[in-house]
Amino acid sequence: MTAKLLDIAGLSVRFGATAAVSEFFLSVARGEAVGIVGESGSGKSAAMLAVLGLHPPGTAVSAERHLLGGTDVRRALPRQLRALRGSVAAMIFQDPLAALNPLLPVGVQIAEVLVRHKGLSKRDATLAARALLFRVGIHDAGARETKYPHEFSGGMRQRVMIAAALAGDPALLIADEPTTALDVTVQADIARLIVQLQRERQMGLIWVTHDLALMAGIVDRVVVMYAGRIMEVAPVAALYFAPRHPYTVALLASLPRLDRKRASPLPAPQAQAAQAAGCPFAPRCGRRMAKCEDLPPLFEIGDSLAACWALT
Amino acid sequence: MSFSLPRLLGHRVPVTSVLGALGALLLAIVLLFAVAAPVLAPYRPTEIDLRQRLLPPVWVFSGSPRHLLGTDNVGRDVLSRIIWGARISLSVGVAASLLGALAGSTLGLCAGFFGGLTDRAVSWLIDVQLAFPFTLFAIFLLAVFGGGFVPVVAVLALATWVNFARVVRSQALSLRAQDFLLAARAVGVGTPRLLRRYMLPAVLPSIVVVASFSAAQAILTQAALSFLGVGVDPTVPSWGAMLDLGRNYLQTAWWMAIFPGIAIAITVLGANLVGDWLGAKLDPRGK
Amino acid sequence: MSALIEAAGVSLRFGETRVLSDISLSVARGETFALIGESGSGKTTLGRVLLMLLAPSAGRVIFDGQDITDFSRGKLRRQRRRMQMIFQDPYASLNPRMTIGEALAEPLVVHGLASWRGAREKVDAALELVGLDPAVARRTPDAFSGGQRQRIAIARAVIAGPELVVADEPLSALDITVQGQILDLFERLRAAMGLTYVFISHDLPIVRHFAARVAVMLHGRIVEIGDPGVMFASPAHPYTRALVEAVPVPDPEYERHRMRQARPPKAPISRAGQGGACPYVGRCRHAFSLCGEIMPPLREVSAGWQSACWLLDTSV
Repeated sequence: MTAKLLDIAGLSVRFGATAAVSEFFLSVARGEAVGIVGESGSGKSAAMLAVLGLHPPGTAVSAERHLLGGTDVRRALPRQLRALRGSVAAMIFQDPLAALNPLLPVGVQIAEVLVRHKGLSKRDATLAARALLFRVGIHDAGARETKYPHEFSGGMRQRVMIAAALAGDPALLIADEPTTALDVTVQADIARLIVQLQRERQMGLIWVTHDLALMAGIVDRVVVMYAGRIMEVAPVAALYFAPRHPYTVALLASLPRLDRKRASPLPAPQAQAAQAAGCPFAPRCGRRMAKCEDLPPLFEIGDSLAACWALT
Repeated sequence: MSFSLPRLLGHRVPVTSVLGALGALLLAIVLLFAVAAPVLAPYRPTEIDLRQRLLPPVWVFSGSPRHLLGTDNVGRDVLSRIIWGARISLSVGVAASLLGALAGSTLGLCAGFFGGLTDRAVSWLIDVQLAFPFTLFAIFLLAVFGGGFVPVVAVLALATWVNFARVVRSQALSLRAQDFLLAARAVGVGTPRLLRRYMLPAVLPSIVVVASFSAAQAILTQAALSFLGVGVDPTVPSWGAMLDLGRNYLQTAWWMAIFPGIAIAITVLGANLVGDWLGAKLDPRGK
Repeated sequence: MSALIEAAGVSLRFGETRVLSDISLSVARGETFALIGESGSGKTTLGRVLLMLLAPSAGRVIFDGQDITDFSRGKLRRQRRRMQMIFQDPYASLNPRMTIGEALAEPLVVHGLASWRGAREKVDAALELVGLDPAVARRTPDAFSGGQRQRIAIARAVIAGPELVVADEPLSALDITVQGQILDLFERLRAAMGLTYVFISHDLPIVRHFAARVAVMLHGRIVEIGDPGVMFASPAHPYTRALVEAVPVPDPEYERHRMRQARPPKAPISRAGQGGACPYVGRCRHAFSLCGEIMPPLREVSAGWQSACWLLDTSV
């Protein structure tokens, strides 16, 4: 049984009075790829930030279990957390411009990570950084390493960010909407790159997105989130061919496809529906019943878990 | 300000707000002096009483409770003169700042919005002004044409319009590229309304902030000018003139110079604190 | 059906760079026409030129039979009532310091269709038309979500009863679940008001369902134009084919297969499209000598379908 890279259960994240994430759980082992899908406001990004202890000050984070690379994050000192970030788990974001330092050349930024997490000398780090840039597809790495982030195109910048994330040789890679802002042809290339790297290094991968289609070829398992809660967890084939939760079904049906007839969109989300008890999706759900006023737990149905009374 | 005071009425209060409130308080006192001078001042500012000359403040041995801050070399009550002096300082400060704001913001807005020739012309004007030894020239002008409220205010406004023009121009330039302007153009909104309803509200916060600093600077400069002999109104004492007079009596009657000096410092401090607070409040929030 | 808006030989340079080269197209009244392309293709710029928010360096723009390219500022401003735009970023296209009510009344007042006070009724009607509660008129944009702001922007665009609406990536900044609703709204408005759309997007599946005709743009040129249903099923131009192949499908088997396909490292698309070669020559699998020398013209593939590729000539 492979050791789990990430083992988290009962995670809750609150901003003041709002619960951004409730009862979130996830475990990822080496070589596994998990997808987290949800709209904005579903809490997926907030959950990932909390996983790495990167949540903004002023947010209340609590968990029943929170192990990252074997270390209990809840009891870890800031120094220990910093060591974990980069060497055990690394994160890449949607906007490389925001994540990379605009004032340093990219080669230097990657070398910095190498010096800090792998203790390389400056010279060795520079060479290793160049090799990393080459590996992520920036072929004239020697020339490009002196350039600043804003001098790269969107796709190239994303590759730089991936290189920086990999520099610490992490076992777990969290990708938060890494391709959303990119052109569609570049999207495919970056996705392919990440998958290749994951396989090569046998990393664990968490791919967070609102684009269900892209995720299909990348992950083994999918977690569907809505209003901060997990609605469904399923192996990828089950999710796409036999979705259980009404939200998942509606989500899949609403995707416009090249090869299929007109999609049917979801009804409009309610403007900030109050934190009413019960299933958060009920107001928009076609299968709503009286029972939905109580929050449904996750039921096991086949290989999937789904939080819906209508499935019992 | 990255630290905050612990608990005031259960809320954490940022330092800038406390200082801002302090600044507002100081300015309020000065304003009160200016407005209510006839009522507040115990004596008329020009009332000479040679028998009471060079009296020290009340807390010093030979002072008198009838002249709390002492008297000057011809027996005029220092406290009354300071209270009356607030009129000059405030009116000059506000007028110069307003005039400078009007002129500078308009030019800056046009330069940033229209670009091209307008921008080049205004930028050239700004460069010329900045390169020029302004104060010397101002003093020269004033010495030649004499003092007086209007000339002094005009000269001070001339000194300060550049600050407004630069800030407003750079803001206008960056606003120009934004979608909401283009969207308004696409709707068919004409230039006058674009300037009035789109550009102006967006630059107004900056103008207000610059105005408070500019007023502070004007007050200081006016004090300096009257210290150098270029007055505003011979019938009303100004703090700068009091400084000028008191200069000769520093050893013997220090109160003649110190108190007007403190008055100037407090007013300028108040204006700067309020400016700081406004800057913090208006800037990071809006965008 | 007469053409509502046409571009004839439109080109645009910003300094040294050619942003648009020799664009000619014609959109019929009532049609939904799409412009598709990636970043740098010039689609947004073309959208703005069609509305004369940007002046072309060469070529003409013709609206409802009238050449508006040389119209004075005033004349153009009056035309705007008939041709409106919806922007990509619903957070940036509304004035944060104006209430919704004022923003919606503005097109009416500016074009003399109502007074500020009299506009109230129409504003309420427009808000209801896009599915919003008229009470929102009192508030400022920051109180609303992306989807709601986009509805407001749409209401503002249609309130004066335009004939043409250019929508510049109106869905890109929205969540996938909201996109469908806004697209539905576009459809309803089209039917109710007889609108003509120029729909700019980078999203092929959406264009497939929404547009009757689409022009694929690459580096400021149109490389293929025709019915998206037919075109995407069997692209004539290699670039269109690359775009279609890059679209993810929510089918794990298909996607895994697509992920596994080894791709040769891509040379960046050269700007050679200026002045001579085909803009796709750097990346095209089928490129041959002529492609690097002369820009292929748009040639007919079949009725209403054109492609700018030398392969058309070489195939029988």
